[in-house]
Amino acid sequence: MTQKITGAQALIRALELENVDTIFGLPGGCILPAYDPLLDSPIRHILVRHEQGAGHMAEGYAHVTGRPGVAMVTSGPAATNMVTPLCDAYMDSIPMICITGQVPTTAIGTDAFQECDTVGITRSVTKHNELIMSADDVPLMVRQAFHIATTGRPGPVLLDLPKDVLQNSMTWHWPSDEEVLDSLPGYKPVSKGHPRMIKEAARMILDAKQPILYAGGGILKARAADALRELAELIDTPVVTTLMARGAFPDDHPLCLGMPGMHGNATAITAMQKSDLLITLGARFDDRITGKVATFAPDAKIIHVDIDPAEQGKVRRPDVPIVGDCRLVIEEIIKAIKDLLNGGEKQQDISAWKSRVSGWREQFPLYYPTNEPGEALKPQYCLEQLRDGAPEGTILCSGVGQHQMWSSQYWKFNEPYTWVNSGGLGTMGFSVPAAIGAKVGRPDRTVWAVDGDGCFQMTAQELVTASVERIPIKVAILNNSYLGMVRQWQEMFYEERYSEVYLSPELPDFVKWAESMGCIGIRVESPEEVQPAIEKANSIDDRSVVVEFRVDAGEKVFPMVPAGFSNDDVLLHPDQNNRREFLR
Amino acid sequence: MSTNSYASSHPAHHILSVLVQNRPGVLARVSGLFARRGYNIFSLAVAPTEDPMLSRITIVVDVESAPLEQVVKQLFKLVDVVKISELDPRRSVERELLMATVRVPAEDRGQVVELTNIFEGKILAVGVEAITVSLDGSPDKLDDFEELLRGYGIVELQRTGRVALPKLDKEARLKAVKHGKAS
Ligand SMILES: Cc1ncc(C[n+]2csc(CCOP(=O)(O)OP(=O)(O)O)c2C)c(N)n1
Ligand SMILES: [Mg+2]
Repeated sequence: MTQKITGAQALIRALELENVDTIFGLPGGCILPAYDPLLDSPIRHILVRHEQGAGHMAEGYAHVTGRPGVAMVTSGPAATNMVTPLCDAYMDSIPMICITGQVPTTAIGTDAFQECDTVGITRSVTKHNELIMSADDVPLMVRQAFHIATTGRPGPVLLDLPKDVLQNSMTWHWPSDEEVLDSLPGYKPVSKGHPRMIKEAARMILDAKQPILYAGGGILKARAADALRELAELIDTPVVTTLMARGAFPDDHPLCLGMPGMHGNATAITAMQKSDLLITLGARFDDRITGKVATFAPDAKIIHVDIDPAEQGKVRRPDVPIVGDCRLVIEEIIKAIKDLLNGGEKQQDISAWKSRVSGWREQFPLYYPTNEPGEALKPQYCLEQLRDGAPEGTILCSGVGQHQMWSSQYWKFNEPYTWVNSGGLGTMGFSVPAAIGAKVGRPDRTVWAVDGDGCFQMTAQELVTASVERIPIKVAILNNSYLGMVRQWQEMFYEERYSEVYLSPELPDFVKWAESMGCIGIRVESPEEVQPAIEKANSIDDRSVVVEFRVDAGEKVFPMVPAGFSNDDVLLHPDQNNRREFLR
Repeated sequence: MSTNSYASSHPAHHILSVLVQNRPGVLARVSGLFARRGYNIFSLAVAPTEDPMLSRITIVVDVESAPLEQVVKQLFKLVDVVKISELDPRRSVERELLMATVRVPAEDRGQVVELTNIFEGKILAVGVEAITVSLDGSPDKLDDFEELLRGYGIVELQRTGRVALPKLDKEARLKAVKHGKAS
C-alpha cells in the first residue's frame, strides 16, 4: 500500500475514516488545497458567514451528538476568529477538532500575508494543538487529535496545516490504535475509579443524614444520566443539576431540585448549603455555584468524582476524591452500596431532611409577577409558553444573559442533550450558530434558540447559512432593548447608574432582518400574541423562523447570589422576601 | 541584593523535574502554565535524557505549596508531559554551572585565581584586564563563590539554573556499588 497522495487528500481521507459527516468552515488562501479533495468527499461542508459561527456550530453539533464537531478555516484572521469558540469549547469540555490553514513552512516566521502564530495563540484555549510540519504526519496527527478530543476530559484540539504540507505528496498509512497510543506516552486518562475510594464513598453515602447529589456537566460527557438516576433512586436522595448538567436528571423527577448557583432556585442553593454530604459527580465547584467559597456548604463532607485529577481539591478539598469516568464510577458506587446493604448495613433515615427540602420547595417556587392587562410582556411568561408549546424532544439553545438564566430556570429538561449553552465562557453570540450545529447533528429534532437582542446581533448572520444550507431552526429573541444582565447589575450594584447598556427598541428591525436572511419573521408585543406566534413558528419546518418578543426591560433574574456573596444570603424576589426565615 | 541565594534559602522554593516528549513547543506549553498564573520561574534547565525522545526540564519556582499543587496537576494534563516529580531539596542532589568574567588588573589576578582554586573552579580564559572562570557544584556553593567574586567587579555572569536528581537511598547506593557504578 505505497500509494502517493497529497497531504490535503490525506487530511480529508483521515477525516472520513474518523467518521466525520460534517465540516463547518470557510476557505481561504492557505487552506485552499484542502478544499479541493473535499469536493470528491461524502463529507458535507457547511459554508458559514463568519468563522466564529463555524466554531459554535461544531460545538452545538458535539453537544447534542457526543461526537466531535469539526471546523475548518484558513490562516491568520480566520484562525483568530476561531479563538472564542475554541476557548468556549475548552471551558465547557466540548470535543471539537479545528483545522486551520497556515502559510507555507518556508514562510513561517516572516510575517507573511495572513500569517499568525496560531498554535501560540490557541495554546491556552485548546486541550492540545499541533503544527504539522510534514505531509507524512497528517494521518497520525488526525488520529491523535480525535483520540485526545474525545477521551478523558473532552476538549478542543487544533491542527495547524501549512499550505506546502497540504500540497506535498506523502505515502498513505493509517496508524493502528496501538501506534496512536504509543505515540502519546504522556497521555493516559484514568477511567476506572479507585476501589478503596469507591467503598469509602458508599459507606459515607449510607451514613449521611443530609445528602445531596451535585450533578455537573461531566454526567453528560460520560453519558452517565441513567447511572445517576439509578443511584439517586437507590439512595432516595435529591439531585441538583448545574447549568451544564440541565437534562442530566429529569426535571419532572420528584428528586430533582433543578439548578443551584448564582441564579439557581432557592431550594437547590439552600439544600447544598445545608447538606452534610455533597456527592459531587462531574462538577467543579465553579464560583457561580459556590458563591463565596469560604462559606459554601460549611458542614458538608465532599465526595468528588471527576475524570480530571486537576479538579480534585482545586476549589474545595474532597474527603473522598475519585478520579474516573462518571458513569463507570457511579456504577461501581451503586454496586458497593448494594453490597453493603446486602451485608446488613442500613442507610441513615433521611426523611426529615427530605421533608425539610420539600418545605423549601413549597415556599420558594420560581416566581415572577404575572402580566396585568396592558403591562409589558414578561420574558418568563414567553419562556413558559415556548416550553409548553414545544414539540416532544425539542432541543433548547441559548445565548448569554438574562434570557439564558430564565431559559435554564423555566424550561423543563427531561432528557439529556436537549440543552445547549455556553456556561464556562459565557459567550454572547453562541446560540444561533450553536442551534444550527445542533440541528445538523439532530435533524429529527425541533431546535429552538432563545437569544437576547444583544447576543443576536453578534452572530445573526449565520441565519443566512441556515437558509442557504436548509437547516431550519427557530429563534426566540427576548428583546428587552438592553444588555439586560449588565443593566441588572448596574441597577442593583451601581445605584441605577446605567452606563452603555441601552440598545434600542426599534433598531435593528428584527423582523425585516430575519426576512432578509430568508427566514420568517414574527413580532410579538402583547401576551395574547404569544401563543399564536409560537404555534405558527412550530408549524413551519421548511425554513428558519425568528420570533421577536418585545419584553419588559425592567425584569430582573431572581433568585440571585451576587458575586462575592455567601449562598446563605441569596437574594429572593422581593415579593418572596417576607418568607425568608423559612430558608433556615 | 543577592537574588541568587533567594531560591536556596527561601522556604517556598520548589524543584520540579518534568519529563517531556522532546518536541517543538513543549517548553512554551510548560512555561505558559506558570506565566498565566503570574508565577515567576526562578530557573529552568532543559536537555535530552538518556532516551533522545524525552527531555528533562528542571524548574525552580518560588510558589506556595497549594497553588503549586494545582500547577503540577495542570502540567500533568499536558499531552507532551510524561512524568513529573517534585524533588525535595533535602533529598535530592542539585548541581549548577556558573561562568563569570571578572575585571581584574594583572597585579590582582592572583587573588581571583586563588579564590577559584579554593572553590575547585576552573580558569577558562585570561586577558590583560579580565579573567573568565567557571565553577560547577551545588547552588549554595555557587552563591558563595559569586558573592566573593562580586568584590572584584563582575563584567558578565551566567548560571545555568540547577539540574537535580533524587538522592539514592542507602539500599540503592549499595546496589549501584555492586554494579560498579558508584563514583
Ligand atoms: C462576547 C461577550 N461580551 C460581553 C459579555 C458580557 N455580557 C454578559 S450578559 C450581557 C448582556 C447580554 O444582552 P442580551 O443579549 O440582550 O441579553 P439579556 O441579558 O438582555 O437577556 C453582556 C454584555 C459577554 N458575556 N460576552
Ligand atoms: Mg437584552
